[in-house]
Amino acid sequence: MIAHAIVFYIFSLIAIVSAIMVTVSKNTVNSVFFLILDFISISCLFIMIGAEFLGMIMLIVYVGAVAVLFLFVVMMLNVAQQKNEWFNSSGRSSHIPVGLLVSIIIFFELIIVIGGWKYKPELLDSIAIEINTELTNTQSLGSVIYTDYIHLFQLSGMVLLVAMIGAIVLTFRQRSGVKRQSYFKQISRDRKDGIELVDVENNKGVKIDA
Amino acid sequence: MAELFIFFDQIYRILFLLIPVLVSVAMIVWLDRRVWAFVQKRRGPNVVGPFGLFQTLADALKYIFKEIIIPASSNKVIFILAPIVTMTLALIAWAVIPFSETFVLADINVGILYLFAVSSLGVYGIIMGGWASNSKYPFLGAIRSAAQMVSYEVSIGVIIINVLLCVGSLNLSDIVLAQKDLWFVIPLFPMFIIFFISALAETNRPPFDLPEAEAELVAGYQTEYSGMMYAMFWLGEYANILLMCAMGSILFLGGWLSPIDLFPFNVIPAPVWLILKILFLFILFALIKAIVPRYRYDQLMKLGWKIFLPFSLIYVVLTASFLMYFDLLPGN
Repeated sequence: MIAHAIVFYIFSLIAIVSAIMVTVSKNTVNSVFFLILDFISISCLFIMIGAEFLGMIMLIVYVGAVAVLFLFVVMMLNVAQQKNEWFNSSGRSSHIPVGLLVSIIIFFELIIVIGGWKYKPELLDSIAIEINTELTNTQSLGSVIYTDYIHLFQLSGMVLLVAMIGAIVLTFRQRSGVKRQSYFKQISRDRKDGIELVDVENNKGVKIDA
Repeated sequence: MAELFIFFDQIYRILFLLIPVLVSVAMIVWLDRRVWAFVQKRRGPNVVGPFGLFQTLADALKYIFKEIIIPASSNKVIFILAPIVTMTLALIAWAVIPFSETFVLADINVGILYLFAVSSLGVYGIIMGGWASNSKYPFLGAIRSAAQMVSYEVSIGVIIINVLLCVGSLNLSDIVLAQKDLWFVIPLFPMFIIFFISALAETNRPPFDLPEAEAELVAGYQTEYSGMMYAMFWLGEYANILLMCAMGSILFLGGWLSPIDLFPFNVIPAPVWLILKILFLFILFALIKAIVPRYRYDQLMKLGWKIFLPFSLIYVVLTASFLMYFDLLPGN
């Protein structure tokens, strides 16, 4: 049990320190690397409480895909300098009050959720699903999502689809003058389309591209 | 005292797994060069030791004694971290590979997800190396490789879903045991082909070795690396290739199971079968390297997103409907 607690505190310490470093570090790319460290230690915490499916999905989705795209954007845009300028010129900027308001609201929401769980245990009884401890959490998650809440699941899928289509529409542009390869065209070409035999008269030559 | 004993026991088990893996990585580099040479009617490395078996050790010795050069304008911490990340990720994945019914280091519930997660983290070694070098060719190589690996991971994920539909468990031992009567390579043959090609792309092997296309990018993300750090990238890459071969043989070729349960075959111990299957897949990898020319970058992306992804998605629907119709879905 003591070893368990020690490991828990190590992971949470890493998570908290790297979360602070995300906002503090000057170089944006370093921030993203700290964010990745944060994701990894949080997924380790998930695995420690027995939610191994959630932990692995966290690694695959957030670290394996989302953070890679973050890194891409940060590396390509060279945001490192912009961020520094942004900090230096923050004399009369209006984003700090808004940010403060949002973070205070999030803080109180967290207090309500965690405090309710700690001091009003009967709140947990409002959960409609009985938790079956016999199954692995992959199976129980699957049965809850795909049978009990299938309509909500499909609804969220539709929302994501709309978001994806929106992103494609926003970034799609048809460039002219780009040579594209079409496998079908290449394969269906035969000798007649490419080669033309011409009888050339003496001293006349041939007009190409006539 | 008992905890201490467990601790040392675990360390002994880890070493018992890691040292053979590292040695076989060295041997596999030799095998790769040898197969490559035979296809091209050359001899390949044949001087150091019998049949040139110790060539890789000689190379490693050379790398150890070379000077490590760290570029002045690089981000030094990340530059040094990158090969370490590649090497570590390539080795920790071996923890869940089952060599027989009892011989597995960590028999976790979500083994296949762990393998998938570790292989999707592998891209970080390359991005970190390419970015920290602070040089044009490595950066271009890193960007290419990140896009390539993220794209092909998607199709590998869908292929894994195909297999999981037939098994009903994420545990690697369960996946192998589900193939006792029929290896998944037979009902899911198209998926095996796509998995094999995606594994080539995922490990940056030819014909998809664009991140290190020597004609355009010198050596891609490895350009600025030298000495032992280069060797670590190199060993990590080959350990990753072996890992992908192991994953392929567990998902499709029945892992440690023998092909038929008859006298001369079922006497051979289980790990030998897994090793033979890994070797078979690796020789295919090496042959492909020798006979196929490199893809162009847009062709690579087109293949991943427009052909493999839709096809494997359709196959998921097919597999699911087939299992549903014939009532073959694995119960829990």
